[in-house]
Amino acid sequence: MAGSATIPHRIRRRTGADLLRIACLGVFVIFVLVPLYWMVITSIKPTSDYLAVPPVWFPAEPTIVHYTAALFSYRGLDGLLNSLIVASAATVLSTVLGTLMAYSMARFGTGGQHLAFWVLSQRFLPPVAIVLPLFLLFRSWHLYDTHVGLIIVYTFITLPLSVWMMYAYFRQLPRSLEDAALVDGLSRWQALWMVAVPLAAPGIAAAAVFVFVAVWTEFFFALVLTSRHAFTLPTVFRAFLGFQGAQYGEACALATTSLVPSIALGILVQRHLVRGLTLGALRG
Amino acid sequence: MANVRISALHKHYGGVHAVRGIDLDIPDGEFTVLVGPSGCGKSTLLRTIAGLEDADSGTIEIGDEVVNGMRPRDRDVAMVFQDYALYPHMTVAGNIGLSLRARRRPRPEIETRVRNVAEMLGIVDLLGRYPRQLSGGQRQRVAIGRAIVRNPRVFLFDEPLSNLDAQLRDEMRGEIKRLHQDISTTMIYVTHDQIEAMTLADRIVLMRDGRIEQQGAPLDLFEQPATMFVAGFLGSPQMNFLRGRIVRSADGAAVRFGEGDTPLPFPPARALAAVPGGGEVIVGLRPEHAGRGSGAAPPPGAVRIEAEIELIQPTGSRSYATFRLAGQPMLAELRAHDVSRPGERVPIDINLGRAAVFDPQTGKAL
Repeated sequence: MAGSATIPHRIRRRTGADLLRIACLGVFVIFVLVPLYWMVITSIKPTSDYLAVPPVWFPAEPTIVHYTAALFSYRGLDGLLNSLIVASAATVLSTVLGTLMAYSMARFGTGGQHLAFWVLSQRFLPPVAIVLPLFLLFRSWHLYDTHVGLIIVYTFITLPLSVWMMYAYFRQLPRSLEDAALVDGLSRWQALWMVAVPLAAPGIAAAAVFVFVAVWTEFFFALVLTSRHAFTLPTVFRAFLGFQGAQYGEACALATTSLVPSIALGILVQRHLVRGLTLGALRG
Repeated sequence: MANVRISALHKHYGGVHAVRGIDLDIPDGEFTVLVGPSGCGKSTLLRTIAGLEDADSGTIEIGDEVVNGMRPRDRDVAMVFQDYALYPHMTVAGNIGLSLRARRRPRPEIETRVRNVAEMLGIVDLLGRYPRQLSGGQRQRVAIGRAIVRNPRVFLFDEPLSNLDAQLRDEMRGEIKRLHQDISTTMIYVTHDQIEAMTLADRIVLMRDGRIEQQGAPLDLFEQPATMFVAGFLGSPQMNFLRGRIVRSADGAAVRFGEGDTPLPFPPARALAAVPGGGEVIVGLRPEHAGRGSGAAPPPGAVRIEAEIELIQPTGSRSYATFRLAGQPMLAELRAHDVSRPGERVPIDINLGRAAVFDPQTGKAL
């Protein structure tokens, strides 16, 4: 009898906990999705519906006029292309250099602990401390307002974190796999590219996503180091907030557009991010 | 195939002197087992032979060619690792064939050789699978396949069976022994398991603290250990070590284990001339050198005592009885179906003719 009395009680309690969990998750999902929804909807709302009371949840007459204005009149498309070029190049450079440096530090102890810490300490430096010297140097080196200049800066500022992410990853990789490759007849360089790098792919993918998103959303350096040619997407948003009022539709249209590459990249590397490649390599 | 000669080899790891002046000559085709406790330097020695570690001093010759400073790929050795070290992103065929691809062999040749090795090891069905889809024993076979596919001059094994369960370990041990019989390539095998060492080796090299303690045929080390360390390391259960004093009489040497006890005589062949009368010794007796006495008199060469059994440990094929000899614990081997009980006083026959006798100060055999 005692058993039959406790079982319904336990079921009731579990159901209560489930409901609470669903409620919490629901609140969280609303918290995350509503602003995104509002942004997307605002980008296709007519101007009169922006701040209407009661709020317009879906416009009666959707429009793409904000998209054409943001992309062409405000040169959002140029900013988007510049951002794509700069972010892609900086991502490739930072990931490749970061991988090489991290491998060297993890396998050969290059520079000892001091180098590892020095690399990380670069992140302690406030950007404002270096932006003015960089501005002056770039002007005299003809790197001001160029893609190359921005790519150099972004590679430099994202390298510490990509090195550290890869360093942690390579240190976890069992050394015996590379030893086996060396005995099997591979050179150290081949062992790196044929064994260590494929196994570190999840770490490399994570570092690449991090670098891309960091560069894609960076505003401060782009604002100071670019002008009419190499300006990136975040700097375009300045134009939407003026003395005359805010261009909510255009801002939301460009924000929606800027989400697309990040989401595409996320989907592309998701498989690598969750894949545990070392599974089964060593003792079971 | 090649011989391996190591001369005055030293290797430091940070502050640790891991290998201290090893001299070792391994003839072509021999199965040599490096055995010893953890940290004795056996794996370091093996990795130095493979070229994965550089020697601090001394030389390593493979096939009469000095290989110090040569890259692992140029030494033409193959190695099987303790954790198998299979490449998880490659199939079994990819794993086995990598060394041939690295040497740029033509594709048809690689396929044929991989297939031949897979047939030899009974893993043809697994060629398309990934390591994560294999059991422990299958992974071990793939690791061995990867080593034999390119006919290296020397095989190196670094504790290859230590991650397998007991049954599989016995099976794979047999396969490695058969493999050596089939291909007769020089093999150097590292283990801390004395049973593996005894069953596999043509020659055992027993290491301790970076030095070779003793080397020789397995039974020679087992029967004639040079030191107490060797005697205690080989054999399971471990050899009994009993302190005693030598007593000399007209009949020859005897040993007294406790004050006032009757001295137990050694057979005439064991004169122990180096030990003076009254000299302290440690007598090493394996459990199988002591057993339950039956009949009116002990067999030739043995002496009979009477002792109270403290503990019985049956193992199935035999049982071990613990008793005390002059207050010192000792293990004796009984037949599997012996009916002795703890607390019972029974006759025990001790075969002192097969005892090892050691100097208590140096631990060396007398």
